[in-house]
Amino acid sequence: MKYVDEFRDGALAQGLAGAIARAARPQRRYHFMEFCGGHTHAIFRYGLADLLPEGVRMIHGPGCPVCVLPMGRIDMAIQLAVQHGVTLCTYGDMLRVPGGKGVSLLTAKAQGADIRMVYSPADAVALAQAHPDRPVVFFAIGFETTTPPTALAIKQAAALGLANFSVFCNHVLTPSAIQNILESPEVRELGTVPLDGFIGPAHVSTVIGSRPYEFFAEEYRRPVVIAGFEPLDVMQAILMLVRQVNEDRFEVENEFARAVSRDGNAKAKALVAELFELRRSFEWRGLGRVPYSALAIKAAYGAFDAERRFALEPVSVPDHKACACGAILRGLKTPADCALFGTACTPETPIGSCMVSAEGACAAWYSYGRARGARGKPS
Amino acid sequence: MKPLDRTRGVVEMAHGGGGRAMARLIESIFLTSFANPLLNQRNDQACFAVEKGRLAMTTDSYVIQPLFFPGGDIGALSVHGTVNDLAMAGAVPLHLSAGFILEEGLPLADLARLVDSMGQAARAAGVAIVTGDTKVVEKGKGDGVFITTTGIGIIPDGVAPSGERARPGDAILLSGTLGDHGVAVMSRRENLSFETAILSDCASLHGLVAAMVAVAPDLHVLRDPTRGGLAATLNEIAQQSGVGMELVETAIPVKAQVRAACELLGLDPLNVANEGKLVAIVAPKDAERVLAAMQAHPLGRDAARIGTVIEDADRFVVLKTGFGGTRMVDWLAGEQLPRIC
Ligand code: SF4
Repeated sequence: MKYVDEFRDGALAQGLAGAIARAARPQRRYHFMEFCGGHTHAIFRYGLADLLPEGVRMIHGPGCPVCVLPMGRIDMAIQLAVQHGVTLCTYGDMLRVPGGKGVSLLTAKAQGADIRMVYSPADAVALAQAHPDRPVVFFAIGFETTTPPTALAIKQAAALGLANFSVFCNHVLTPSAIQNILESPEVRELGTVPLDGFIGPAHVSTVIGSRPYEFFAEEYRRPVVIAGFEPLDVMQAILMLVRQVNEDRFEVENEFARAVSRDGNAKAKALVAELFELRRSFEWRGLGRVPYSALAIKAAYGAFDAERRFALEPVSVPDHKACACGAILRGLKTPADCALFGTACTPETPIGSCMVSAEGACAAWYSYGRARGARGKPS
Repeated sequence: MKPLDRTRGVVEMAHGGGGRAMARLIESIFLTSFANPLLNQRNDQACFAVEKGRLAMTTDSYVIQPLFFPGGDIGALSVHGTVNDLAMAGAVPLHLSAGFILEEGLPLADLARLVDSMGQAARAAGVAIVTGDTKVVEKGKGDGVFITTTGIGIIPDGVAPSGERARPGDAILLSGTLGDHGVAVMSRRENLSFETAILSDCASLHGLVAAMVAVAPDLHVLRDPTRGGLAATLNEIAQQSGVGMELVETAIPVKAQVRAACELLGLDPLNVANEGKLVAIVAPKDAERVLAAMQAHPLGRDAARIGTVIEDADRFVVLKTGFGGTRMVDWLAGEQLPRIC
């Protein structure tokens, strides 16, 4: 896959690293947040922090769909499989995440619940079709990228007249989460957390386009550079952010122009608008309740909404008191500041949201960055 | 008593019952594929003399879906895996035993095919399957077939590779490309079928080990990076030896298609299983010679020096990325599961 290799070329990276080092003013510090777990992953996987000068620091944001799903929603999914006896279809990386009572879908499966790993909602529709006698529920999670496939699956099920298929909808929205972080008192008023700019999501932006970020850039006077997930994309975006900060600009720039347009994918957006509506507020693990930050299935498609169909009561489980995820996601703390990190909280026994998927800040730090921490270097 | 229908028949409970049906199954499937003088005696045990020296013994159970995958099947795997466990002690494999748990309903054609492939793998490796056992479980209580093989081998004098013998300064050698087996198997999993020409690398490695031992008997560590991949193997060795390791990403051979498949599935080739590769940790003075011997062997053509053992009280395995940064190489938490987004 030549395309991918091109974007990982070490020599080019060194060149970009040099350009960043020259552009960054020695007396200034730059704090940038990469929102997306995909970027967090790239930064750790390729050791990009080593290539950045002293003054440039990355803050790892909340854009990992598995990490931000609150434990209560996992408990509700387990309820569907155990109490309601449905066949629950889910993405692989959701399986291991413990819910409120420490029970994960994997544990429930081992105890006899019918839980299947699928690679797309279409697999779940196919399963419902093959087993008309069994209620099949697709456990839908993710940001704007995974929403259109869920919408398509519902439409397909409707067209097929599948009475045994429904969706447990947990789709969340990127812009609302970014706004929530910018609105938090530490960032907005006190200025205790320097947050100088954002690397905008790659895949999400292919759907929603770059326009939704224009509001933040304006309103909060922070530059946004949308970037692909390849390590060179990330380096290029950091260079562009440093330049914007130096020049006092706060624009939305698009490093990922090979895939992202200003308006995004009109077809996908229309499809989502047809099937989903905004929830008034939704709980995010690590961030708490965030207004207008998630989607629910519209009443017209209510038959395919597992929450209605099985009359699920909302379950809310507070985050662990000692967990510092909320502060980490806002750039107030690093994983090393958490007393539980690496002792009580590890990828095998995650206590907080940032440890549950490889893309979470704590898990990435644990799996890829611990050696650095042990040697006293920041991430 | 109906004769065994090898084309359309299936495994039945009676095939494990100890009666004539079982005798027929053994006769027409196992004995024909495994034939060797010790097994042909049809005793409940194999009796043989061994030369003087140290013996190595190992056992492993094989459960895999699908039973047949590009480049191999559970039968061949159950020979290669156990032979390799012996080879990683530097042993010359001698004999294997094989235990089968068959699920009622397994097509006899499938059974015959995988047993045949097992026999071929054993003959090619120069080992004999000298004793065995078969049980049948009810439909739904198994997954087609489970195989357990046990092996014994003889370790030549002066050869003593072991996980705790890695020393700072030692060279880390890898015998070939990573991830072929894992990707080949995943490509055929239900609901994950993707097109790939990648074949499993499953192979018996004792020949390669013999070639290495011939040029440098004192190999410090030998291990095959199976489940958990290279990452798990090196972390185990680092723990056992109380050392750290520094790897160079650009030196680690990975086929372009495997890299692309991993990219697609969100997996890291360092965590993906191999069934025909080995890692050798050798003294710096032996590194060149051993590497040359590996590259001269058909199973080590792509062998490379991928890193160095270093002193590190934390026992971390770190990787210099192609980008010039560094990162840790960690064990995976639990089973490897593809990620979304
Ligand atoms: S280490 Fe665990 S408990 Fe601490 S902040 Fe991270 S996820 Fe929360």
